[in-house]
Formats: sequence, structure tokens, C-alpha cells
Amino acid sequence: MISQFFVLSQRGDNIVFRDYRGDVQKGSAEIFFRKVKFWKDDGEAEAPPVFNVDGVNYFHAKVVGLLFVATTRANVSPSLVLELLLRIARVTKDYLGILNEDSIRKNFVLMYELLDEVIDFGYVQTTSTEVLKSCVFNEPIMIDAARMPPLGPAALFMQGSKRMPGTAVTKSVVANEPGGRKREEIFVDIIEKISVTFSSSGYILTSEIDGTIQMKSYLSGNPEIRLALNEELNIGSSGRSLYDYTGSTGSGAVILDDCNFHESVHLDSFDVDRTLTLVPHDGEFPVMNYRMTQEFKPPFHINTLIEEAGSLKAEVILKVRAEFPQNITANTVVVQMPVPSYTSRISFEMESGAVGQVTDFKESNKKLEWGLKKIVGGSEHTLRAKLTFSQESHGNITKEAGPVSMTFTIPMYNCSRLQVKYLQIAKKSKTYNPYRWVRYVTQANSYVARI
Amino acid sequence: MAPPAQSQRSHSPSQPSGKGEVSDLKMQLRQLAGSRAPGTDDSKRDLFKKVISYMTIGIDVSSVFSEMVMCSATSDIVLKKMCYLYVGNYAKYNPDLALLTINFLQRDCKDEDPMIRGLALRSLCSLRVPNLVEYLVGPLGAGLKDGNSYVRMVAAVGVLKLYHISGSTCVDADFPALLKHLMLNDPDAQVVANCLSALQEIWGLEASSSEEAVREREALISKPIIYYLLNRIKEFSEWAQCTVLELVSKYAPPDSNEIFDIMNLLEDRLQHANGAVVLATIKLFLQLTLSMTDVHQQVYERIKAPLLTLVSSGSPEQSYAVLSHLHLLVMRAPMLFASDYKHFYCQYNEPFYVKKLKLEMLTAVANESNTYEIVTELCEYAANVDIPIARESIRAVGKIALQQYDVNAIVDRLLQFLEMEKDYVTAETLVLVKDLLRKYPQWSHDCIAVIGNISSNNVQEPKAKAALIWMLGEYAQDMQDAPYALEGLIEDWEDENSPEVRLHLLTAVMKCFFRRPPETQKALGAALAAGLADMHQDVHDRALFYYRLLQNNVSVANSVVNPPKQAVSVFADTQSSEIKDRIFDEFNSLSVLYQKPSYMFTDKEHQGPFAFSEELGNLSIGSEPADDILPAQRVEANDEDLLLTTIEKEENRAHGNNDSAYNAPAYDSSLSQLAVSQTDGELLSLDQTVPADAPQPSSAIDDLFGLGLSIAPSPAPSPPLKLNSKAVLDPSTFQQKWRQLSVSISQEGSLSPQGVAAMMSPQALLHHMQSHYIHCIASGGQAPNFKFFFFAQKADEPATFLVECIINSSMCKAQIKIKADDQSASQAFSALFQSALSKFGMA
Repeated sequence: MISQFFVLSQRGDNIVFRDYRGDVQKGSAEIFFRKVKFWKDDGEAEAPPVFNVDGVNYFHAKVVGLLFVATTRANVSPSLVLELLLRIARVTKDYLGILNEDSIRKNFVLMYELLDEVIDFGYVQTTSTEVLKSCVFNEPIMIDAARMPPLGPAALFMQGSKRMPGTAVTKSVVANEPGGRKREEIFVDIIEKISVTFSSSGYILTSEIDGTIQMKSYLSGNPEIRLALNEELNIGSSGRSLYDYTGSTGSGAVILDDCNFHESVHLDSFDVDRTLTLVPHDGEFPVMNYRMTQEFKPPFHINTLIEEAGSLKAEVILKVRAEFPQNITANTVVVQMPVPSYTSRISFEMESGAVGQVTDFKESNKKLEWGLKKIVGGSEHTLRAKLTFSQESHGNITKEAGPVSMTFTIPMYNCSRLQVKYLQIAKKSKTYNPYRWVRYVTQANSYVARI
Repeated sequence: MAPPAQSQRSHSPSQPSGKGEVSDLKMQLRQLAGSRAPGTDDSKRDLFKKVISYMTIGIDVSSVFSEMVMCSATSDIVLKKMCYLYVGNYAKYNPDLALLTINFLQRDCKDEDPMIRGLALRSLCSLRVPNLVEYLVGPLGAGLKDGNSYVRMVAAVGVLKLYHISGSTCVDADFPALLKHLMLNDPDAQVVANCLSALQEIWGLEASSSEEAVREREALISKPIIYYLLNRIKEFSEWAQCTVLELVSKYAPPDSNEIFDIMNLLEDRLQHANGAVVLATIKLFLQLTLSMTDVHQQVYERIKAPLLTLVSSGSPEQSYAVLSHLHLLVMRAPMLFASDYKHFYCQYNEPFYVKKLKLEMLTAVANESNTYEIVTELCEYAANVDIPIARESIRAVGKIALQQYDVNAIVDRLLQFLEMEKDYVTAETLVLVKDLLRKYPQWSHDCIAVIGNISSNNVQEPKAKAALIWMLGEYAQDMQDAPYALEGLIEDWEDENSPEVRLHLLTAVMKCFFRRPPETQKALGAALAAGLADMHQDVHDRALFYYRLLQNNVSVANSVVNPPKQAVSVFADTQSSEIKDRIFDEFNSLSVLYQKPSYMFTDKEHQGPFAFSEELGNLSIGSEPADDILPAQRVEANDEDLLLTTIEKEENRAHGNNDSAYNAPAYDSSLSQLAVSQTDGELLSLDQTVPADAPQPSSAIDDLFGLGLSIAPSPAPSPPLKLNSKAVLDPSTFQQKWRQLSVSISQEGSLSPQGVAAMMSPQALLHHMQSHYIHCIASGGQAPNFKFFFFAQKADEPATFLVECIINSSMCKAQIKIKADDQSASQAFSALFQSALSKFGMA
């Protein structure tokens, strides 16, 4: 059971504060914020999501720079409380379209209304946007989406492909659009976060894809939806050892290690024809999460060369090659590499004709940073960096630098080859033909090349 | 809500000071109160919003209470909600004003819109004003019978709120019974869930004072209710499913078919996207199969994939919560996860708290086949720019070295760390090399060769410096310049801030002196002089001790400082296996994240609805002598604990039980039984064995071996009741039985004044009762209140009697509760028990 729920801004101000049971002192938000801000136990840099101060347990989740916090004195399930905090954030986003400090401040009365229905005396009642719609009456006050930096995984579609309506993902599920009528549409996003570790010789040491099929529905009347995935889709790695990279890649089968589903999903025919049936709730929710360690082709190949040039100088050559088709473009690519701590200066030499590239030497944490606005499939980019040291390096520079890490976003591309073959909406009438958007995106989670 | 009182001082300068604005608001609200002009509601909304926003930032707006109430006469539901919110926040501090709201809330409770009925009822119950409870009973009663499920849902929680304001009002109105009826009959699953939550809390709290509540609380985990809830499991929301699953995990199915039925029914819950549901299911599966070793192992295999998926699919916060549970399982059965080690590799962008758990798991699963790869990976982290992780990684390599038999390669790696010439790497490595040498002295030659090259100037951290100094002293004969290195360190005595280092320095220079006297004499003199002048008491004392030792007899001094040493075989585990088992019992709770059992961080009243009554917190086992009986065996058992896997351990445990039970000497049965509990690593004190919110016994395994049963030869049955002199019962079986059985007799007994006098030593009572074949399993408390748990068994059949006896020595009274396998004999047993008790102190 939860005693209090509150949302704090980055500066520690209460944006909303709801006390459910009155058994935790009123000053808890301040105690919590001070503890998080000055967390320096055993040299640990950041506070864990759950900690105990004087018998009060504080749970927090960081959402778009805000702190969503719950307190309790009871020994509850931490998973439950943390799930709940993120669910509250999601419901709020469903209502407000955009979740940030400004939108919550403008709609705090609505927030209180939601919180009253989500939790009663510390017990969770419902977190379904669908159910909440019937008992929440405030109209959301919309904030100007254009001025706000896009947030959340779905937001990345806004920069990428022009085919997507830019405002869709920031649309509230309850507010009416200026035109009065709501547009009937449904978004299905296949979002994959990939983690790859390359050895210093370029071999893949470990790789994993963590994917989500996320749905956001603006359909009226709750029609039933059928979502068909690849027919050759195997789940569970039985009979095959994990990390078996010798397995055939030519065959079309997608092998997932494991997956889980939203509770509204019916799996009756899943074993037969790999289709998911569901009646989508209002709002955004993950239909299916999956995990895959089957071999896949990493989208980027990274090559690093370090050459010592005298005792106080060295040259680093970074090469990034895009291993995906030419009609695909990765964006917001950042390559980072820690350099020896005694590096005093770096001069960069970009390839000729480089467009939209920036380089930086982060002195405070001794990191080299290379940003590329776009990388077109099949292309290769090189950066030369000349390092100047303030003292002689003792021996092996490769032990003092690296590994190279990379972050990127690739719209309309997914590594697992998991596909939504079709999205069928049970028809209400012949003229009913809502917009359907099926979108793919790949993001780097931990993409590391050792040197 | 924000603090209403005394808050004006604390707000930041940017916020309005309050006073002026609040009185403005007051004026405006007053003007609107009577107005019926069109658009009034909109103006009211704006004003109400202002009031609530002041409330949130901590400005006291309680002064507009009466105006708010006046304005509440509206049909606008948004306005009503804001008003309820305001009232709920301030009523507690303004009970007189709260009375004003009762009227309109009661009226709203009868509104034709169910939404308004529900909202009003919720607000009414949230006022938290004790002298208004009389107004709650009527609306609550009506709410529980309301035709609309939303209202019933609110009413069910309302009953719980009433209970917290005034327990007696709630119980007198017979609300718990109504809740129970609703729980078993309501078509709406959320109503059922709310009733269940409310009942768990109410009966949990009532249980300390009422027999009936104890029975009702136990009835919740009876088969009909459990089956009823399980059959409806899919109707519940994901959150309510968690509540139900947690309840079911306390149910002990009588046979394995039932266990398999439940598991098959809930199998698909493991595929749920909500981690809380999956963890609750896993807890249930683990608890159900505790006594079925092979199935238990299958459960581990089955839950691996879902856990790993949850770890990688959620936010960092969610994955931390799940990973902590995975960590617990890996620590319990590392063998089962040995092939999954790659999942525990760290990703560079993970937060420290996640990486730390992963490093511990990597350490635990390292075995002969994967050590090479794990250590290679760890070495990568050691070179990492993230210093705390680099340190942890080096420690992990060291731990793996300490737990492996073939440490050859690892020692080389450790020594390579020293070549990296990073301060913190060197520091961590030195500490590890020291531990390694204590376990594997045979490696000294290689290590010393490298250590000898380290300049003590490059080592600043006290722990590392102490380790280096220890090695200089211990291996003085192998290290060419040990005396001179020590001499240098002693010269800097004044600048050495750490007493730990100075203590080590004294000892090391002594050791060195006995090995290489001529070279060290000067350094020793300097060290002793500096030590005697040291401000730190311990350092001073040690210097003085060495000085006098040398004065007295040099050869004795040598044998004191340089005794023959044995290699350390196993370093003590930081956490006892009892604590670990306790945490495992509290799976899917904060205990797992904190790696502490709940009694260490939770107030008694919050330990959960199923905790034993509070006083049990201080109980300890009856006979202290048991502690001394088999210390050797205990150590041995602990050693084995460190080396064996869980399953082996459990077998070992059970084996130990059997042995001792059979060998128990005739009369000393109670003592030897206690000794058994010691050796088998079970929890001794009841406050530890009784899991606060998960009384599912951890050692149902013992049942498997029939240990709950008497194995003594049965003498010819002769009436009236005869007790078995060698009754045996282990604490967990006791616990389980205590929970399952209902109280058959509860009465008051008396103690003789002599008995009370003898209570000066509660141990005496235990011996006395034992002479009547009534054995103590746990006891505790302080004068004048003592609490004992006894058990006895019938001589002719394996029927057990359990007794809870609370003695108040100042009143010469004893509260006795008896539970029995054979209810028909409990009267006879009660008489026997009382007569035994009354004779205490007479002899």
C-alpha cells in the first residue's frame, strides 16, 4: 500500500502531491529530494530507485526529467510500485498528449483527479486510460507541441520520415481536435533497442535485441484488431544453445528467446498463425515485449586505430561503416570514446566534404565526441583525432582509452526482421477506413566496440 | 497534500507570500457563493484552481474553508471534485469546520449519479476526523449494497478507512462480515479485490487482540477462498492479480496434484508484461515447490527467460527491481545459471546499482567452464574509465580467485592489474593479493616478486597500504628491501592519518625484526617510540604491548608475533544462511532489494497483515546452553553451506536432522533437538523464522522426511493422556502447524508465587516443563511479560499439541492458547499443561 505519491521538478519543487494514508510525515518530499541530490554512499554516483530513510521507503522513477515518487512504510513489492509510477506517467501522457513539467503544472487539477481514481487509500484501483475516462471530467489544457522538445521513444518518428503526421504522437486521447471531430487512426510501432559488444578484433562478443510492439489507438468504438507477425517465428531457444553464432542466417525464421504480452492480447491463434487479437485500450501501451539473442547483422561496423606519435602525441582514427540498405538513413548518431586522462588537447581532422558533423573534446570527463546528423546506408565515415598529452604515457594507450560507444536511431529499419504482416481492424461499416500507421525503428542501447 | 500548517515560512521567495492573495480569494469566493448568474461555475473553477494550486505549493489556505463549503452547492462535477480534494486535505486540522461538510457530503451520497455517490462517499471516509465517524456508518452501509460497482468499490476501501479512524465502530457495525460476503459474491472483480485488501489489513491488525480475527485471517488462506479467487484470476486487473497471487503464496496445498493444478492455471501469468504480476507468480511457484526438489529446479529453468525479458524490456527502475530478484535466485543456485553468464555482462550505459548486481552475479556463477571468459570480461571493466565499477570488477576477479581451485591464470591477471599503474587499481589489487596469499600461501613467490616493485609512495588508500605493509612484514625474508621500505614508512609516521595503517606498521616491523634483526633494529626502535607517543589509544597500547613483550622475553615475543599460520580455507560469508533464507521467504518485497529481512527496516505494525503478533519480535530460542553444545558442528555446517549448492545443502540439512533425531539421548531430547536446529542452519529464534508477510515455511522439505512426526517407540497406551518424552518438532514445522491449526482452547492459568519468583530465570521454567514432557521451541520477553511457545506430542500417536503461553509475572497469570492435531485431546492436555505450570517453583 502506498502512503504518498508526488511529482517533483528537477529543482525539487512539488508539482503534485497526494497523501493517501497519512502515515508518512508531510516533509517527505524534501527529505527525499535532499537524499537523492546528495547521494554519495560508497562512491555510488546515483541513488537507486528504492531506498529507506527512517522506516519510510521511497520509490522513484525518472520520467522526462521529472521525479515520480511514492512512499510507504510497508514492505511492498518494489516491482509493483515502480511499475505503477511509470504507468501513472503513461496515463498522464495519454491525457495531456505531451508529458513535461509545463503540461503537468497547467493540468494539475486533472492530475489530482486522475490520482484520486488510480489509487484509493494506497491500493491501486485502475491504471487503464479507458476506465479512467469514465470518471475523469477535467478537459486537458493543451500546450504548444511545436515548442516542446520531442520526448519518449515514439517521438523519434517526428524527425525521421515525412510520411508521419507530426502531431499524432503528442495528441491527447481525450481532447478533441480543433476541427471538432477526432481523426480515426491507430499507430503500431516496432521499437528495437540493440546491444552489441565487439571485441578489439571486431568479432561480436555479445548481442541482444530488446523489442517492443507499441500501440497507440485513437479509434472510436473499440473495434477488435488482428495483428499478424512473421509466420516463421519461433519462440524459445530450446534445443539450441544461446549465443550460437554458427547457426544459419539464410533461413527466414525469426527466433525470439522470449516474449511477453499485454493483458488485453488474446493468443488463441498465435500458435497456429502468429496473429495477435486484441481490443486496443485507449492510449499507449506495449502489445508485446520480446528479446532476441539470435545472430543478426549489426547496423554499424566500427574500426578504431590508435597510433602513438612520439611520447606526448597519438593519433586516433575512427571509422564507421553503415551496413544497411541505401534507402535507409540513420540519424542523430553520436560516437564517443574516452581518451587517456592525461590528454590535454585534441585536434580533429574531418573527412573532406563532411556535412552535418560536429566534434568535441569533453575535457571534464576526458571524452572524444563525434556527432553525425545523418548516415546513409552503405556509406563510410572517418574521423582523425590528434591527441596531445600533458605527460608521457606509460606504455599501452589502448589500456587507457576506450571503449568506443555509439548511439543512433534508424527509422524504418529493424534488425530482428520481425514484421507486422498486416493490421486488420474489424469493420464497422464499409466506409470505415481509419488511418493505420505501422512504423519501425532501431535504437542503440549499448553499442560498444573495444579497442 | 502540501503541509497546511507552518508552511508559510518554508516557501521560496518566488512564490506568492500568500496572505494577501488568500484574503482576496476569500472575498471573491464569498461573492460567488450565492450567485446564480450564468458563467458562475467557470469563475468558480478558476478560483478553486487557484486555491488548490496554493495548497500544492504549501500555502495555508485553510482560512477559506467555510467559503469553499458555501460554494460547493453546485452540480458541476469538476467543481465538486476540487472541493472534495480541498476538504479532504484540511478537515483533519479543522474538525469543527469539517462538520460543515458532512451535510453536503451525506446529501451527495444519495445523489442519483453513481459517480457522485462514489466520490462523496470517498471524501466522507477520507475526512479522518474521529468524532465524525458516526456519520460514516450509514452511508457506508448503503454504499456496500449500492447497485453500482463503482460505489461498492469505494465503499469497500471506505470501510478500511473507517477502521483506521475508529476500529471499534467499524467492527461493531459488522462491516468485516459484510466485506467478506461481498468478496465472495460480488460480480465486479475490483470490488472483490478491494474487499480482500481491506479484510487482510483489518484482520491482520485485529489479530493481536481477537481470536476471531486470527481465525478469519487464517480462513482467507483456506482452500475454498483460494480456489474461488484463483478461478476468477483473469477477471482481476493486473494490480489485483498481484494481491491475489500474494495471498495464494501463503496457501499450503495438501498434495502435489493440487500444486500442479495451481501452477498450470497460472503458467501464462509468467508471460505478463507487468513485472509485478510475473514476480508474484514466481514467488508462488517457488513457494509451492519448495519440498519438491526436482520440480523446484524446473521452476528455476522456467522462470529464467521471463525474468531476463523483464530485465531488458523495462525502464532502468523496473529492470533494477527485477534484476534484484534474479540476483537473489542466482545467489541461491548459481549452478543453475552458470550457462547464462553472458546475460550478466554489464552494458556501458547502465547505472552503477545495476552493474554492481551484475558483477555479483558474474562472481557467483563462475565455475570451471566459464571462469576464463568471465574473468576476461571483468578485466575489461577493470580498465574502464568508470572508477567505482573498475574497483568492483577487480574485487570480483579476486572473489572468483578465492572460490576457484585453479587460480593460476587469475593470479596472473591480478598481477597484470598492478602493471596498469592506476592508483585505484593498484589499491584494490593489493588488498586482493593479500587475501589470496592468506588462502594460497604457495603463490607467495610469484606475488612477492611483483609486490616488491611497488613503491609505497604510490599507495595512498589505508586498506591498500595496510595490505602492502602486511605483506612486507609477512614475507620480509623474501623481499629484498622490506626493512628499508618499512623504515621509510615509519619515517612518515606523523603524516600517516589512518590508525589501521599504523597498527599494521607496528606488527609488520616486529615480524620483520625477527626475520632480519640487524637490518630492522633501527626501524623497530623508531616505530616503538613513535607508537608509544601516538595519540591513538589502540596504537599506543599495541606499541606498549610489543615493547614489554620484547623486554620480557624475545622468543616468546617471536612466537606471539610470528605464530605458525594455517592457510584460510574459507573466508566468512557476510550474510548468514538464516538471513538469506528469510529474505527468500520474503520474495517479491523490498527485503530482496535491500538484501535484508523486513524486520530490519520495517516497523512492527507495517510488517504485513500476516505477521505474527508484535511481541514475537524479541523472541529467542529457549535454551541458551544449546549454543555451547555443538559449536564445532556448527562451524562445520556453515563451512559446508559455503561450498554446497542449495539442493545439496537441503539434503544435508535433512540428513543432519534424521541423524540427530535418532541418536537423541533419552531424556535430553529437547536439548538435542535444539542442537539439531543449530546444525542444520535453520533459524533459531521465532522472530526470524516467521516471515513477516510470507509465512509459507521455507523448510517444507523437512516435512518430506517426516520429521514432524515422532519416531520414538510407543509405550503401551494408558489413559488419561500420556506425552512422548522425546517429542521432536523443528521450528518451521511448528510455525506451519501454528498457522494451519485453529485455537482449540484459550484460557487463563495461574502461577504459584514461588513460580513467579523462579521466573527470575525463565530457563528454569523450560527445564521444569520439559520434565513434564512439554518442550519449549521459542521464548522471549522481559519481566514482567514473558512469552513462550511449547509443544508436546502424544506418546502413542504422532499428534502434536502447540501452546502459546504469555506469562505476566507481576499478576501471577498466564494466558494459554492451545492448538492440537487432535482436538478431542486438547482438554486433557490443557489440564496437564496447567497442572505442570502451577507446580513450577514448588519443587
